[in-house]
Amino acid sequence: MSIDPNYLRANQGFRLADGGRIDRGDPLIFSFAGRRLMGYRGDTLASALLANGVRIVGRSFKYARPRGIVCAGVEEPNAILQIGGREETQTPNVRATEQPLIDGMVTRPVNGWPNADADLMSIFGSLGGALMTPGFYYKTFMFPASRWESYEWFIRRAAGLGKSSKLPDPDRYDHMNHHVDVLVVGAGPTGLAAALAASESGKRVLLIDERSEAGGSLLWSGDADKYAWGEAIDAMLPMQWVANAVRRLDANPQVARLTHTTVTGYHDHNFLTAWERRDDTCAFSGSDTVPGTRQRLHKIRAASVVLATGAHERPLVFANNDLPGCMTASAVSEYIRRYAVIPGNRLVVMTANDGGYRAAFDWKQAGREVVAVIDPRHDPDSSAIQQAREAGITVLTGSALVEARGRKGVTGALVAPINKLATFVTGDTRLLACDTIATSGGWSPAVHLSCHTGSRPVWDDAAIGFVPGPTTERRYAGGSLLGHHALAQCLADGTEIGAQACSVYSDEQREGSIAASVPQVQSSNTTEAAPMALFAVPHPKPSSRAPKQFVDFQNDVTAAGIEQSTREGFESIEHVKRYNALGFGTDQGKTGNVNGMAIVARALGKTLPEVGTTVFRPNYTPVTMGAVGGAHVRELFDPERYTPMHRWHVKAGAEFENVGQWKRPWYYPQGNESMSEAIAREQLATRNGVGILDASTLGKIDIRGPDAREFLARVYTNSWAKLAPGRCRYGLMCGEDGMVMDDGVTACLADDHFHMTTTTGGAAHVLSWLELWQQTEWPELDIFFTSVTDQWATISIAGPNSRALLDELTDDIDLSAEAFGFMDFRTGHVAGIAARVFRISFTGDLSYEINVPAHHGQTVWDALFNCGERYGLTPYGTETMHVLRAEKGFIIVGQDTDGSVTPYDLDHGWAVAGNKPFSFIGKRGMQRSDCTREERKQLVGLKCSDPNTVIPEGAQAVRDPAQPIPMSMVGHVTSSYYSAFLGRSIAMGVIKGGLKRKGEKVYFPLADGRTLEATLCDPVFLDPEGARGKV
Amino acid sequence: MSVFPKKRRFSGLGLVKQALKHQEGWQRMWRSPAPREHYDIIVVGAGGHGLATAHYLASVHSQAKVAVLEKGWLGGGNTGRNTTIVRSNYLWDEAARLYEHAMKLWEGLSQDLNYNVMFSQRGVMNLGHTLQDMRDIQRRVNANRLNGIDGEVLNARQCKQIVPIMDTSGRTRYPVLGASWQPRAGVARHDAVAWGYARAADARGVDIIQQCEVIDIVVENGCAVGVETRQHGRIRADRIGCVAAGNSGVLASMAGIELPIESHPLQAFVSEPIKPILDTVVMSNAVHGYMSQSDKGDLVIGAGIDSYVGYGQRGSYPVIEHTMQAILELFPCVSRVHMNRQWGGIVDTTPDACPIISKTPIENLFFNCGWGTGGFKATPGSGHVFADLLANGEPNELTAPFALDRFHSGALIDEHGAAGVAH
Repeated sequence: MSIDPNYLRANQGFRLADGGRIDRGDPLIFSFAGRRLMGYRGDTLASALLANGVRIVGRSFKYARPRGIVCAGVEEPNAILQIGGREETQTPNVRATEQPLIDGMVTRPVNGWPNADADLMSIFGSLGGALMTPGFYYKTFMFPASRWESYEWFIRRAAGLGKSSKLPDPDRYDHMNHHVDVLVVGAGPTGLAAALAASESGKRVLLIDERSEAGGSLLWSGDADKYAWGEAIDAMLPMQWVANAVRRLDANPQVARLTHTTVTGYHDHNFLTAWERRDDTCAFSGSDTVPGTRQRLHKIRAASVVLATGAHERPLVFANNDLPGCMTASAVSEYIRRYAVIPGNRLVVMTANDGGYRAAFDWKQAGREVVAVIDPRHDPDSSAIQQAREAGITVLTGSALVEARGRKGVTGALVAPINKLATFVTGDTRLLACDTIATSGGWSPAVHLSCHTGSRPVWDDAAIGFVPGPTTERRYAGGSLLGHHALAQCLADGTEIGAQACSVYSDEQREGSIAASVPQVQSSNTTEAAPMALFAVPHPKPSSRAPKQFVDFQNDVTAAGIEQSTREGFESIEHVKRYNALGFGTDQGKTGNVNGMAIVARALGKTLPEVGTTVFRPNYTPVTMGAVGGAHVRELFDPERYTPMHRWHVKAGAEFENVGQWKRPWYYPQGNESMSEAIAREQLATRNGVGILDASTLGKIDIRGPDAREFLARVYTNSWAKLAPGRCRYGLMCGEDGMVMDDGVTACLADDHFHMTTTTGGAAHVLSWLELWQQTEWPELDIFFTSVTDQWATISIAGPNSRALLDELTDDIDLSAEAFGFMDFRTGHVAGIAARVFRISFTGDLSYEINVPAHHGQTVWDALFNCGERYGLTPYGTETMHVLRAEKGFIIVGQDTDGSVTPYDLDHGWAVAGNKPFSFIGKRGMQRSDCTREERKQLVGLKCSDPNTVIPEGAQAVRDPAQPIPMSMVGHVTSSYYSAFLGRSIAMGVIKGGLKRKGEKVYFPLADGRTLEATLCDPVFLDPEGARGKV
Repeated sequence: MSVFPKKRRFSGLGLVKQALKHQEGWQRMWRSPAPREHYDIIVVGAGGHGLATAHYLASVHSQAKVAVLEKGWLGGGNTGRNTTIVRSNYLWDEAARLYEHAMKLWEGLSQDLNYNVMFSQRGVMNLGHTLQDMRDIQRRVNANRLNGIDGEVLNARQCKQIVPIMDTSGRTRYPVLGASWQPRAGVARHDAVAWGYARAADARGVDIIQQCEVIDIVVENGCAVGVETRQHGRIRADRIGCVAAGNSGVLASMAGIELPIESHPLQAFVSEPIKPILDTVVMSNAVHGYMSQSDKGDLVIGAGIDSYVGYGQRGSYPVIEHTMQAILELFPCVSRVHMNRQWGGIVDTTPDACPIISKTPIENLFFNCGWGTGGFKATPGSGHVFADLLANGEPNELTAPFALDRFHSGALIDEHGAAGVAH
């Protein structure tokens, strides 16, 4: 259905005829709650909604009260919308005031049933509101105990804001790193001046701003002549000056600038994160192809950081201040000037400072009625007030707007005179008819980032706000972040700190000597009256009886609630925050926190600085989880490591197992073979002929240096003193606690050169373990480690035919048993490739491990297969490897050990040399009294009484299966398989006192009700004499 | 019998009565007393464990003169900054008994305290991504079952049934192969636990003294006789129990002893509130992240610990990134949800990832610490057994295995695999 744009244009009843930084030539159609509406390029979603007269944008989460747009920027608490055209791109909780309008955008409120305009929950809200005081849920729903989860079901469904998609996000996110001299946060007047000053030094400057364009508060400034509250900078219109500044910055190749980018976190050592919104068209295009990066997380390391984050206007707290139509004064000005949108027709302003008058001037300038300006100050005198009175605006001083009236929006304002301290109402109230209320309680500096690294903000009486406290970071702050609200002061601050930020490490650019001149300001606002520190406005009734006075809109925190919590003993601001959920919302309390603290202070009779703030945490504004994850998701979550023969395995139909980052062939099913059939076939082929295993994933560390041998003796439990070149040895590595950590075979290549192998999963850890000991404990040892895991392809051939097979491919290695014995190592050529061949075995059979440079791995593998057929060469995977080694009782560290097993527990005492001149890691640990007990869990073999039953791995053993639960457990099964070669099941496990209990029985009560019986035995099930390997 | 007089007891009816009085009749939940000169027992640290200790000292052991000293505000340390997971499916008998003891106390805690701690038994799922993970899960669930702790092993399809938004397609980098599942496990409202214990202990006469920092432990002739505080000077006591988590090492050094503890930052973060999408707790050791959804609607996500030691309650950003990537690997649909806030706590880790509940070489000085990354779940049990140790001066059968001497004898209870995060 096509809609006549003229019809929609005409519907923008609250759009001014001219002005604003919008492109009226580029209309954008969007929908809100099913209604088709129109705005313009340059609009935010919020300004477009206001232009169309949308007042209710949602319902509050606890009381279901109607809520409207309050602010125009990042601090907005209410306008939290659901956007997204289809399920995959549903995005919850988007701040309408920050979201640029996009053509085709689909938006709706996050709460309200059947809709936000007529929410039936509001009946509960108004009836139950009196019961839903802070922490009410801690005081009820307790009886009967079994019912809490039923109550909770309703609570969960009532809570929450928007909806998450239930389908994977089609968009892409990435990260970008920056290393800059000066990072300037905020491109308002202070930030621009700072960036200009810093850029003149030739330093690398990064300027970041959260809005769509630079200018900050100047975006809704005006011409000194045209507006009553106008200013000029260097004789230019403010936005001309901004454009000029941006041109100069963009022309400088050392300056980078990001818009639509929010610095969200300030971490230690001047590391900051910034979140850039780049391209959100995917959400509404209906296309699955992603055009680019939706959002980017910038990771910035800056030598100096300039914070020019500005300030947020505080709305005043009064009764029913959450009615749609209540806004901050600056938001009213911004909508009028920046977007040419007027939020209503009849305005009442309440302001405790001169700045709030601006909303009245702008409103009047736009041709609408200003009913009155309510000023709680008694007899203030300033040019703003004079100008207001001259313009015919009613100004009521010494008064307050104590209560808003209306049902779904403001229809009136109740005004009363108040005392000088603004603590009580002194006279009768009167009702002013109006549809919009603009308030200003002053400005809260946006100190958030300045506090993320642990710096606490300090109260500044002049600023009536918290300003950044001392820091150990190289950080500078200026402008309204310091409570300096005058434009001239902001520009002066910016120029100064911009220069300082780059002077700290440049000899010629000392503080103060910077060339940059401070831009000059001409202002029509000449004299100012002191602002008043007013937060919560008094009401004729106490807050507990007055209509609700909201402090934190998003979490429905009220002044009465805060007072109640202090009555209940919650006196720390952290307690008040947590009890009320004050500042817990997605706006992180930008508008509410200081007002809340002031109410706590009032209730406790303390001062605001005594009450203090809570701790500010990243993020300044919420960041999509996708952006934090960046590109490291899906296939890039963690790299997959492949061996040089990986493609061969894929072709051979292998099933793969993840081992660490490696993809290892698990088994090679043929045709319709089941897994167990494949394992049996691979096993028998290896035991009877020859099998081939890709062992390239084994960790390999090249160790060189005159002290290599000594070092090995210290990190392994066994002795290395006499291992001759050309020989290999199995070693056990323990932690300091004496528990087995890794194992592997190490070959002596030369007296000062060793080739260590580790478990596949342990390789990286072992290397850093070696480096740790060498670098921190034994730096005097002359030795170097190099990871060569990826440099060598390792092919293991095992089985009685392995010698004959290898013999076909080598001319220069004598494979005879006499010349090349068990645990020997030789170099030579295999299939014409220079190779290191180890005669070692993980199967108990005759076996060779052929190592060749990785890029020759496939060549040698293929050559083996070329001659392998007549020997029955069969590839086998990790599962068969496990069965073959278990038949021989060989352990797998991490499967048969778990960090609580000593070498003695494994019956590997033969691998511990007690008499080494220097000690070894773990020696003391394994000698502790508990580690030498007889009844420790020890590795034994387990034969199930039914030879056809494989005991499940992880089954727990008991000696008496008839005992009641809790049972006394004596150990568990670590490895368990069916051995086709032996024709029975075999298992290994750790059993209390197992080494002395061989022949005894244990029982395994399983989850399925069966109880299996097994006999403890030696873990070497096959060829205990070791004859098969030594042929 | 409730310790609270009828007027102070919380109930739905009480809410109605207060509503009629415009909420003006609410009483303090705890007093703000001035410290006495001497207490029978001083507990240092008003976190969940310390307050629970005080509560059980008063309620179970009828100890009347008990004080809890807190340098900040009660519940302000790790009690108020954890991911609120409660489970008892630990591997080793000693740990399983201790955490199951806690679990049984959780099950009646709201009623015991007359404070709804929102203990919600929505189940905890520990995922397995490798064959070895699954072996370990089998082993642990079998041990749990024979120890009388509920648990079962799920396959990937069963995981998907319980958590429909999880990617169990097998196409992820580390596919979900299965999980252990403890239905009785769940979450609780962390602040409420501290506040509930504080209110109940206070009602029994325990003095909770906030803003009272212990700066020295007074030892005379090898015997602890009191503490020196920054705000209130010396307070004497017959017995002193330190329950100070990340700052335990600092307290120990005041008494001239060393603990085998390292204090590391541990981070967590939450999303904005969204409508319910996750009814249970999902934890993954292998891809390294865990997530639940609070009653308010936030996705609560636990990250790993930083490898460096320190006392700053914030950690490094790469840990957040890696955890987020793991969460997106498991739950690719939450990518467009916004992360709201991140924070850190200081965890006191021991070599075997099990706590120290112990006497010390100093007579009358006791420590309850080393809970590392998983102390919240143990809060009631920890308080209960520590109260017993403080009241009797000797360990009982639950606490005996957790004595300090195990680090000398080697009788460790190595639970590294049982925590949600690697140590």
